[in-house]
Amino acid sequence: MHRFANPARFLKIARWLTPVLLIAGIAIAGPALVWGLLYAPADWLQGETVRILYLHVPAAWLGMMGWSGIAVASFTEIVWRHPLAGIAARAMAVPGAVFSALCLATGSLWGRPAWGTWWVWDGRLTSMLVLLFLYFGYIALARAAEEAGGGGANGGSGRVAAVFGLVGAVNIPIIHYSVIWWHTLHQPPSLTPAMLAGAKSPMAPAFLWPLMASALGFSCIFGAVVLMRMRAILADAQAEARLRRKALNVSAGQDGPE
Amino acid sequence: MRETLMQWEFVYAAYALGAGCTAALIAHSWLAMRRAEKRRDQVRGK
Repeated sequence: MHRFANPARFLKIARWLTPVLLIAGIAIAGPALVWGLLYAPADWLQGETVRILYLHVPAAWLGMMGWSGIAVASFTEIVWRHPLAGIAARAMAVPGAVFSALCLATGSLWGRPAWGTWWVWDGRLTSMLVLLFLYFGYIALARAAEEAGGGGANGGSGRVAAVFGLVGAVNIPIIHYSVIWWHTLHQPPSLTPAMLAGAKSPMAPAFLWPLMASALGFSCIFGAVVLMRMRAILADAQAEARLRRKALNVSAGQDGPE
Repeated sequence: MRETLMQWEFVYAAYALGAGCTAALIAHSWLAMRRAEKRRDQVRGK
């Protein structure tokens, strides 16, 4: 893991991986959405509104994956002081928040025709809203740490934000199991970890395949955005460090013997 | 219910929102990266 701790090595990989992920993401997500919008069948019960699924589920998945990534990166930053882990955690916060907000907004647009209401305070919706607020808290903490100079010399998120990222991960299993623990308006999960072991999805293949394609495409876009934001944070930190060194050299030259 | 007659409006609204937010996220991240890397290169060149 520490092989990739070197920013120069990371940049060497990120420079070619960023456009690859971005182009692959757009090339997969675009047709997947068209597939879902125009060619996938309507649901016998929910009608055409089921097409919101192809946006809503990947957004929910990436909102949760974003925080899981923040938690893993925060743990790595706290335990191994990995120089890029804090940067990765910070870079995942904004895209994670955007996809969480998108999940809530598309869910609301789906809920109105399907349930007859824009919002209901049930376990799944409330825990997802809590996740969005956690993202806001994390972004504020990381920014405060950066402004106070506590984010580390390499642009990391800071210790308080890292602990917050780790503690906030408790909400992820709550979101996942909310539809199992409590009887809610929200349907049970259609994609479960058991599917990886060969279990059959309760979703028909006509819905499942465009959903998987959309999730893959949006995951690639998410990866590209995280890499772009990591590169931006790293470049800012490198520019600041160089400017600080120059300022120190200048002041040392002025204070020195003439 | 009135919404059953206008399901496509909700679908279009969700897709427009999703595509718009994703495009804005990509554009913002790309521009921030380009700006930061340009500034770093300028500082290195000084």
